Amino acid sequence: MRIEFDEPKCVAAGQCAMVAPGVFDQRDDDGVAIVLDATPGPERFDEVREAAAVCPAAAIRLVEA
Amino acid sequence: MTEIEYPTTRESSCPFAPAATVREMTRDNPVGKVRIWDGSTPWFITRHADQRALLNDPRLSIDEKRAGYPHMTRARAASAPHHPQLITNTDPPEHTRLRRTVNAPFMVKRVEAQRPRIQEVLDDLIDDMLDGPRPADLVQAIGLPVPTLVITEILGAPYQDHELFQHTSHVLISHESTPEEAAKAGQAIGAYLSELLDRKTAEPGDDVVSEMAARVVAGEMTRPEAITMANAILIAGHETSASMISLGTLALLRNPDQLALLRDNSDDPKFVANAVEELLRYLTIVHSGIRRIADADIELHGTVIRAGDGVIFDLAAANWDDAEFPEADRLDLRRPARRHHAFGYGVHQCLGQSLARVELQVAYGTLYRRIPTLALAVPFEEVPFAMEGVAYGLKSLPVTW
Ligand code: HEM
Ligand code: SF4
Repeated sequence: MRIEFDEPKCVAAGQCAMVAPGVFDQRDDDGVAIVLDATPGPERFDEVREAAAVCPAAAIRLVEA
Repeated sequence: MTEIEYPTTRESSCPFAPAATVREMTRDNPVGKVRIWDGSTPWFITRHADQRALLNDPRLSIDEKRAGYPHMTRARAASAPHHPQLITNTDPPEHTRLRRTVNAPFMVKRVEAQRPRIQEVLDDLIDDMLDGPRPADLVQAIGLPVPTLVITEILGAPYQDHELFQHTSHVLISHESTPEEAAKAGQAIGAYLSELLDRKTAEPGDDVVSEMAARVVAGEMTRPEAITMANAILIAGHETSASMISLGTLALLRNPDQLALLRDNSDDPKFVANAVEELLRYLTIVHSGIRRIADADIELHGTVIRAGDGVIFDLAAANWDDAEFPEADRLDLRRPARRHHAFGYGVHQCLGQSLARVELQVAYGTLYRRIPTLALAVPFEEVPFAMEGVAYGLKSLPVTW
């Protein structure tokens, strides 16, 4: 699985960081998401899929192998 | 076809459920229309899947200054042309820029850092209530003071002003105030925030108003924008959280098995977090529809929404859409509920949602654990609901223990 993050769309709601904290974080000055691990291991697939699903701005796209 | 009048009145048999006419439209007429206060008939979108698709569709705009925008009330329609550019009336990319200027204090980690303080606030309020007479009004004792104290601190208002702040904002949002009282309170808050902005420009602290003051100095925000935004945060974050605390308690008292489940799992943060999501879904307090206007023709289920048409999204309907939430009329604290639309969806999804979540997690995780015998002090039918307004809530909640 590869995470494609469309930064200009991000409204910094932090849903991703809440659902998948090891994979996403938020930049300190404005809360825009940071992808910590763009190719997470299978043990994280569920939470990453959940993060993509709850992102209100549809800024997270998953390319599943 | 005659359109239903919107917002609709709920049936008194179940005040938590969206009106039956709205639920019928979710089932049979997903691209219907409703009639609003000015006689216009905007489109009415109620299905969860349709809302997810459209609320992220750049062909829909939140520009309230456009002719044909389906305003909530006559007063809103009248004031819309005078509003500065805000996150609540702009589309991307302007919206993205503005939202990033006010977002930092609402980030997940900043809000998580407030959790111990919010816990302290709640424990103090519960101590006071338990020391006082029975029955007590949970709205006045817990529901309203929690968000007031939390928002006061987040905005950076000094503690000694907090009584004034609390009183004025209560008048402003209380359903019991007259329009004159509310207008007077609104002016007082405006003046107060303006003065606070000056003070924070001179002596910044670690709070929202200081952050905005710095942005005003840097030329990234105008002064009126900062004051309007501070005011918006105060209002948006107040009544909503207060309603959720009181209504959530009432819903749980009506569903004793669920209340027992929550009480027994109060020390499991994951359980409590999901219970908050389910109560947000079940109650969907923002019940008068979020509003947009079409920028271009949009086809949906074979119907064309024309450019310039108004569109209303009923969030409660989507959260009670059986296709997404089976047996949606059941309060089920164990169901996966995170994809609810109680905070809206798309780029305007609630700015304060992480803060609201922490407030509610602390409130629901603490109240019933500390007061296991909490009970209604009047029959359910006599609890006064406040149904008018953008979000619904309770005028009072008489409880005993
Ligand atoms: C349980 C509590 C809350 C609920 C149910 C709620 C609900 C909502 C909803 C449905 C919207 C979307 C409006 C739209 O798309 O047109 C929204 C937006 C907003 N909320 Fe909340 N809210 C809550 C708490 C808060 C808090 C605590 C704050 C701030 C401290 C806040 C500040 C805002 C702001 C500023 C917006 C506008 C965001 C934008 O347009 O980009 N809300 N809220
Ligand atoms: S959930 Fe989406 S919009 Fe929110 S911070 Fe993450 S990527 Fe950005």
